[in-house]
Amino acid sequence: MSTILIHLLLLLSMPPLLAGVINKTKAWFGGRVGPPLFQSYYDLAKLARKRMVLSTTTTWVFRIGPVVTLATVLMAGLLVPMGRFDAPIAFTGDLIFFAYLLGLARFFTTAAALDTGSSFEGMGAAREVTFACLSEPAVFFALLVLAKVSGSLTLTGMLHGPAGGFSAATAAPLILVAIGLFVVLLAENCRIPVDDPSTHLELTMIHEVMVLDHSGPLLGVILYAAALKLFIFGALLLHVVAPFQTGLSWADWSLFVGEMIALAVAIGVVESVMARLLMRRVTYLLTGAMLFCGFGFLLLVR
Amino acid sequence: MSATWNILAAIVLLSFSGVPACLMPRRSAAGQRIATLLMVAGSLLGLSGVAASLGGANSPLVQVPWGLPCGRFAVMVDPLSALFLGLVFVVPALGSVYGLDYWRQSQHPATSRRLGLFYGLLAGSMAMVLVARDGVLFLVAWEVMAIAAYFAATVEDDDPAVRRAGWIYLVATHAGTMCLIAMFALWRHATGSFGLEPAQAMPVAVAGTLFVLAVTGFGFKAGLMPLHVWLPGAHAAAPSHVSAVMSGVMLKMGVYGIMRMTALLPVAPVWWGGLLLTAGAVTGVAGIAFAIGQQDLKRLLAYSSIENIGIITMGLGLALIGRSLGRPDWVALGMGAALLHVWNHGLFKPLLFLGAGAILHSTHTRELDRLGGMGARMPVVMVFFVIGAVAICGLPPLNGFVGEWLLYLGLFRTLGQGAEAGFPAAAAVAVALAMIGAMAVACFVKLIGTVFLGTARSDAVDRAQDPPPSMVAPMLALAGACVFLGLFPSFAIPAVENATRTWAALANSASISIAAIAPLGWISALGLALVALVGIFALISRIAFPTDTTARAVTWDCGYARPSKRMQYSGSSLGKSLVDLFAALLRPTSHQPVIHGLFPNSATFKSVVTDTVLDGMVLPLFRSAGRFLPRFRVLQQAQVQTYVLYVVAIVIVLLGVGAMGGQP
Repeated sequence: MSTILIHLLLLLSMPPLLAGVINKTKAWFGGRVGPPLFQSYYDLAKLARKRMVLSTTTTWVFRIGPVVTLATVLMAGLLVPMGRFDAPIAFTGDLIFFAYLLGLARFFTTAAALDTGSSFEGMGAAREVTFACLSEPAVFFALLVLAKVSGSLTLTGMLHGPAGGFSAATAAPLILVAIGLFVVLLAENCRIPVDDPSTHLELTMIHEVMVLDHSGPLLGVILYAAALKLFIFGALLLHVVAPFQTGLSWADWSLFVGEMIALAVAIGVVESVMARLLMRRVTYLLTGAMLFCGFGFLLLVR
Repeated sequence: MSATWNILAAIVLLSFSGVPACLMPRRSAAGQRIATLLMVAGSLLGLSGVAASLGGANSPLVQVPWGLPCGRFAVMVDPLSALFLGLVFVVPALGSVYGLDYWRQSQHPATSRRLGLFYGLLAGSMAMVLVARDGVLFLVAWEVMAIAAYFAATVEDDDPAVRRAGWIYLVATHAGTMCLIAMFALWRHATGSFGLEPAQAMPVAVAGTLFVLAVTGFGFKAGLMPLHVWLPGAHAAAPSHVSAVMSGVMLKMGVYGIMRMTALLPVAPVWWGGLLLTAGAVTGVAGIAFAIGQQDLKRLLAYSSIENIGIITMGLGLALIGRSLGRPDWVALGMGAALLHVWNHGLFKPLLFLGAGAILHSTHTRELDRLGGMGARMPVVMVFFVIGAVAICGLPPLNGFVGEWLLYLGLFRTLGQGAEAGFPAAAAVAVALAMIGAMAVACFVKLIGTVFLGTARSDAVDRAQDPPPSMVAPMLALAGACVFLGLFPSFAIPAVENATRTWAALANSASISIAAIAPLGWISALGLALVALVGIFALISRIAFPTDTTARAVTWDCGYARPSKRMQYSGSSLGKSLVDLFAALLRPTSHQPVIHGLFPNSATFKSVVTDTVLDGMVLPLFRSAGRFLPRFRVLQQAQVQTYVLYVVAIVIVLLGVGAMGGQP
């Protein structure tokens, strides 16, 4: 019971912190002080108090978009285990439910963007759905590898790995999968080198441009859901790159939080040392991620 | 009266439902109402007959003597037929109600009676195909179905595009029928009768040939790539409720044919399943890629049908591999997914076609880039269309997800867990399915976004409004079924399991249980939870910010002074990056404007995705055949005497061959 409570608490409260950590890292690289660590929380609190302005062209789709996204991402968060603890919900085939929940979120985010009738938002939506067509196969290659390695068809089971831990023979495929999944994490969460969350030119954005017309609390919901999504992908990736545990409950939770912050720092480092790719190069990057995961699969089943 | 007789009576009612109208005056609406009444009554009668067989019972075999020298009139209903029959008794009846206002007799006096006649015949002949237990009877029903579909789809034959589409359909369907005739001839040779009973042992080569002929012949009807050439044109040309029946039900007759033949054939080498898995994956990915490139509402939906046939074929392929290797769990999940998806696609695709029909009805255009902003004008249709789109993308909590989920589970199980032997090549197909899923989202977001969202791109949509209740009610029924099956899939599983057992005929087919290996309860629970969560959040948002008091402003236009509605992102630009990604397959052609001088004239840009197989391969082939084959016209003298002479000559040659080879 306490596991579920801590899971919920971390899931609901920690995601905005990651954005703060990433921004601090980037500021440190740039020699700036940067916004406070908890700036994202302040932003959310500010947006919650604001009024909302709707575009005259929009329908109910525009308003339901962020709502569906938040609901699906929350539900997806209940399926991913954190650290060595089991996820609150686990059943055979939940990995597919997880992937398709995010698909539902994508459907409504992009539909809400198109609802404004703006070309910028149309561009963002087109990019979002196009890149998903390449990252989705990568994710499924990775899931196949994890399912084969662990012999389980639940996210909790396959992320925890086999009872005796991962063997040496599975190391190579898992390393390939980890690289692929990290690229997918960057792409799905609109980080550099795929998308620049702090850019100010509408033509070059993906995620930010899709939400140009959302304002007030709805924008807050979108930002919060985006943070949640990053957190969930991070929790998923950590199982592959850092499957450590101590055996003590409190130590394992702290370890998980520490690892998550380290991941945010890593993302911040990537964002500081790299530039955003040309939009047409992004497909090469994602194809590369797919190939990494695919070769991982081939290595495993050969 | 037994269930079989109920269904036979239903077939008669459906087939002749359009006849009374032909005896009535051209402008009288009564004939169309009678036809709809007969369709609905026949369908209800048929459903009552199907109910028992869905539960697992075989209805008795009914034989009626007929005058033909070969074949028998033998009909029977088993759980596999029953599952498909259910679709035949649901979709055409709903479409016929829809047609009352969509194709109103008073507005289409010239074509309405013809449409009604062949629409009913199409429905009746499809049911006949499903119950036939004899090769000859099957072929007769098959051919009636093909021809009825031709006449129903080409009612607007004053349009050259419709005539062309109909002609391509006619050629393709007869190419398929030719394979089927060869198949049944070989079947008679191998088993000694035309009866569709499970065959005992037969040489592997003969079984393999039968299988390939079945996949090719039925593949033409189902729309497997590259045999799909007729499908997009015919679906776009047909009236929308006919498109709904063709896409939702008639394509499934091809699927049924492959399923029936694979059930009857005794041996199943692994390559059969492998072939179907590959064909399914190729069909799925290519189908949805072509769909993304389309700029015609109904052509897009037609290509997406090809994609869904691909998914169904993947399920069937997995089940075949499971049967070859003796793995009941692969059979259960593969066949379960295929059969469930047959139903799912039979619900949401007609829903989308009926929605498309409502748009076409009020705007008279199918061109995506002339539509836009329909959500404000047709809010009811938009809700149904969004339901259909979410369902067809296979997203939870609607029915499309359940079928794809079963298929994923089956494919993941082929990895082999622990000591079990696996078949990892099949598991890799899961990746293709994932890609199909992501591309379907891209395709239908493009469709919804271009048609319903944003602002109108032309004045075609100015007077658009929601259709009358008789057109809304069938959509409501289909959308309701999509939601129900998505939230409570367990309801449909027993019928699917029974059909799977009928198909599998494994030694341990009684052990086939989908419910035991797929926790459908969780899908229901999480689906309901998701609906509740979205509902609560939406309610909060609605209470906190009532739509009518929330501040309004124009969409952010980046400070541009004179934005116009033509500046919206168009459907073709939405699909462009994906079309470019698949350029090697889609071969998009674009016409770039040439601009020179200081004050250039207005220029146009055009880009179009044609069908690579049809326009790039089949038509050039036919054209070169058209240059070469006329040489044989010397044989065609148009004199009966000459033809009889040919017949006599051939019979004499055959007699000679027979005398030399023993058996004539």
